[in-house]
Amino acid sequence: MGLNIIVLAKQVPDTRNVGKDAMKADGTVNRAALPAIFNPEDLNALEQALRLKDKYPGTKVTLLTMGPGRAADIIREGLFRGADGGVLLTDRAFAGSDTLATSYALSCAIRKIKDYDLILAGRQAIDGDTAQVGPQVAEKLGLPQVTYGEEIYSAEKGKISLKRRLERGVETVECPMPAVVTINSSAPPCRPRNAKLVMKFKHAQTVTERQNQSEDYIDLTNDRPYLNIAEWSVDDIESDKEKLGLSGSPTKVKQIENVVFQAKESRHIQANDEEIEELVKELIANHTIG
Amino acid sequence: MDNIFVICEIEDGKVADVSLELLTKGRSLANQLNCQLEAIALGHNLKGIEEQIFPYGADVVHIGDDKRLEPFTTLPYTSVIVELFKKEKPQIALLGATTMGRDLGPRVSSALQSGLTADCTALEIGDHEDKKAKKHYKNLLYQIRPAFGGNIVATIINPDCRPQMATVREGVMKKEIFSKTHKGKVKVIDVEKYLKPEDTVVRIVERHIEKNRINIKNSSIIVSGGYGMGSKENFSILYDLAEVLGGEVGASRAAVDAGFAEHDRQVGQTGVTVRPKLYIACGISGQIQHTAGMEESSMVIAINNDPAAPINKIADFVITGDVMETIPKLIKAYKKNTK
Repeated sequence: MGLNIIVLAKQVPDTRNVGKDAMKADGTVNRAALPAIFNPEDLNALEQALRLKDKYPGTKVTLLTMGPGRAADIIREGLFRGADGGVLLTDRAFAGSDTLATSYALSCAIRKIKDYDLILAGRQAIDGDTAQVGPQVAEKLGLPQVTYGEEIYSAEKGKISLKRRLERGVETVECPMPAVVTINSSAPPCRPRNAKLVMKFKHAQTVTERQNQSEDYIDLTNDRPYLNIAEWSVDDIESDKEKLGLSGSPTKVKQIENVVFQAKESRHIQANDEEIEELVKELIANHTIG
Repeated sequence: MDNIFVICEIEDGKVADVSLELLTKGRSLANQLNCQLEAIALGHNLKGIEEQIFPYGADVVHIGDDKRLEPFTTLPYTSVIVELFKKEKPQIALLGATTMGRDLGPRVSSALQSGLTADCTALEIGDHEDKKAKKHYKNLLYQIRPAFGGNIVATIINPDCRPQMATVREGVMKKEIFSKTHKGKVKVIDVEKYLKPEDTVVRIVERHIEKNRINIKNSSIIVSGGYGMGSKENFSILYDLAEVLGGEVGASRAAVDAGFAEHDRQVGQTGVTVRPKLYIACGISGQIQHTAGMEESSMVIAINNDPAAPINKIADFVITGDVMETIPKLIKAYKKNTK
């Protein structure tokens, strides 16, 4: 029996590859200078979804992401790896969302998708590291949640069985479906792109992207509807607008400080035998080592 | 009303260090705000648990003792805490940024539509001027945390929603006994009243609790490697040095992400916070996310081939050179001078 799985994914700046031009002169982050990537743990979540698809024929995997137009990139990336479809939730009304407003918007979109047995997401995104959106989506939808998932053993007979990886050990948990499960980076990495799927989906686009295309491609989707990446604005979902964006965000950023290190008196040691030995002698003499 | 709450974590009848650290911080914030400090202890067979909590300055301990609250699962804990918060209306609620706190915190904050800031590295009290709405807020909780891969430090506030919630990692705050003889009130939570049948749908089939195999937190000497080590193989030289000095090996996030070292060794905001006697940073550039977890080390030696690496600014000794050549020299010099 096939499952309907929604994978929540986020396009994030690659904070692990921060270059010198990553900060603007005014101390704010220059997002344009950072490469945008598929949030790593969301890829782990996608892999778990694809494994369920391998195991239960007829399973449908849908990616859901909220972000600017260019976030359609990660939906394509997901299609290349085996997802069946995707939804991009994009609107200025979502700008300035904290985790709670984000979760609310996502939960409204999930309600619109309607048919789902399982919602998977990465444990956290590397730009914020909060790990809040998964549990908050679960709460907004009134679903049970299992966080820190590492391996889904089965999802059948109305319940899911999986392994959790915690700080000090592991748990095997059973939970009725539908449920929200977040996946750790300790889970297996996502499979690579599949060449056939890349050929099939390379022209998959949102409406907005297609409008900016040359005419050759405009009619492409008439006989290939799978090339449509759904693009939803705030008007496409049913929501209380007060709970979206800045107004729906209880947390506000009061201040952002560029990181400034306070210099302390450092002693510089040459990497030669003599100076290193002098340093070691000193450390032994003051009982730091030895 | 308007008190500070700490949600305690209890494992095998013992209150976790991170909860005691938060009680210590909570006590000082409560003194500053002139309000009470209250603790929540949930679990089963908790008789006498308040004795562990009172010395850290709690004025009230709310105890919910029920077999459905042991071991921890999200839904029953959420129901109890949400109902209790609706009744008690705390202004601040703190919990550990542990696997439990990071699972429970967002669920509770979502149910209460209150804000939550994860992994704070400092908590302070301060005012806020909202110029647009022309409103002045007094005594807000400043929730301070590095963000964006450690390139910025953000101060987050929740002007309008209560409670102001924050999680803090173990080891970030200091644990300090307020008074050995301090006593407060015990209030029993009527768990039966708060739990719903659907709260117990998630079943833990099997559970192995393993004590941390690797525990760098208690090591007085840490030899830490960063992305600049280049490979997992090169990391082995750090183990050599650590073994000679009687220390442990740590790693930066970039090194852990690259697969050079296990996650348990990660030092920094999203890893562990350490305060060793000696911290040797090898091939670590020194982003604030990392330094937040080691800057209180008594002594820091930085070994890096980049003379402009930020880590050098907080180091007591800077060795500019190749790690792979420098470490054998350190080992040799140490052996020569201790025999």
